[in-house]
Amino acid sequence: MIEIRNVYKSFGSTEVLKDVSLTVQPSRTTVVIGPSGSGKSTLLRCCNVLETADRGEIRINGRSIIKDGTPLPDKELNALRAETGMVFQSFNLFPHMTTVENVMRAPVVVRRMARAEARALAMDLLRKVGLGDKADVYPSTLSGGQKQRAAIARALAMKPKVMLFDEPTSALDPELVGEVLQVMKTLAEEGMTMMVVTHEMGFAREVADTVVVMADGRIVESGPPDQIFTNPTQERTRGFLRALVDGHLAGARPQPAAPDPLAALPDDH
Amino acid sequence: MTLDFAPVWEGLPELLKGAVVTIEVTAAAFLLSGVLGLLVGIIRLNPARRFLYGLATGYVAFIRGTPLLVQLFLLFFGLPQFGILLPATLCGVIGLGIYSGSYVSEVVRGAIQSLDRGQMEAARSLGMSYREAMWEVVLPQAFRRMLPPLGNETIALIKNSALVSLLTIDDVMREGQRIISTSFRALEVYLAVAVIYFILTNAATQVLRVIERRMTVERG
Repeated sequence: MIEIRNVYKSFGSTEVLKDVSLTVQPSRTTVVIGPSGSGKSTLLRCCNVLETADRGEIRINGRSIIKDGTPLPDKELNALRAETGMVFQSFNLFPHMTTVENVMRAPVVVRRMARAEARALAMDLLRKVGLGDKADVYPSTLSGGQKQRAAIARALAMKPKVMLFDEPTSALDPELVGEVLQVMKTLAEEGMTMMVVTHEMGFAREVADTVVVMADGRIVESGPPDQIFTNPTQERTRGFLRALVDGHLAGARPQPAAPDPLAALPDDH
Repeated sequence: MTLDFAPVWEGLPELLKGAVVTIEVTAAAFLLSGVLGLLVGIIRLNPARRFLYGLATGYVAFIRGTPLLVQLFLLFFGLPQFGILLPATLCGVIGLGIYSGSYVSEVVRGAIQSLDRGQMEAARSLGMSYREAMWEVVLPQAFRRMLPPLGNETIALIKNSALVSLLTIDDVMREGQRIISTSFRALEVYLAVAVIYFILTNAATQVLRVIERRMTVERG
């Protein structure tokens, strides 16, 4: 469970989070959407203290991870981070380790798990995300979708109770997005508590229990996906969704031939 | 005026003995500079730890801003005034190590800072402590980037080690001077000394190149 209470965060003089409160119930998936610069990634990173929230409190599984700018002491923070999986937009796999090493390293280092046991665990997870045959290659040889699935396996190896996804498909070629979303969907169905920042509206609609719309560092609106997508109450939400749909259509459909601009001019021009 | 290399051949055993001393002093100083450079380089990543950061920054500024010869003389001729009388070889190793360490620390710092921040973040997000993340994730990657500049440092270290001859250490330089003092064949002997240094610096370059290549191949 993730509880965010009245969180503020500034970078220098720019306030990027303004009094944000949000709860992700156990075994639920909350998807955070909104235009870029709305603070949604910062909010997610605050849940792991990769960014330090200036004010307010964030609790993970009932334990306060940061309160009014003071994070937990290092040791307890590390323990709590170990239980909070994080998936990054840019994967951040360790390039000097094979795929299976990437997955088993943290259990060995942090949990002092025996290597053989960690390897077996890692192999299970790699098979689960469809990468059983890629265990002994280096990440540089994987496709973007494979990298992200390996990164998800790496996070799962710590047996997290909560998963944070920071635009997990934004760096992927369009044809590779589906395989990553499928893995995330499976996780959600298995009862993982997830907070996902994404631009994938199909995923939000299909998998989210709650959709949160952010803009300018505030939560504009939140509710079940049906309500947000078909009957949004806020003008900002409507504007954002409309822009998104237009963008999609512009990309996906052949455009009608552009009218000749000269034809629009009056005849006597 | 003819060249006469006879004193070189006669003195070759002494020159080689001196070369061994040069290698020993350089190798010990190299280890010291590596440890020192790693520590100082990592400390200099984080200005928030003010005392350590200030100390490390002062060290780098002072050592890089003063001549190595003065530093060596401070150790060898200066410290005895406080009753600290270190053996010449130890002075040479410490002096060279401290000097080279200041440069290595900048190599270490630069290599670490050139890595993507996401690597540290990913390691920390898995629950690793700062130290674990450094050791497991950041340093192994940074080390590869350190190798080429470290090669330059090693070459500089070998060449700079000639200065320890002035601390009465019998390195290849001092052995050469000793042969000259009886044979008066400065050109021939110094040429021989130069060749020996050239061989040493080249050998070091080759070793580092092999390490570099091996680390690149390993990754596939």
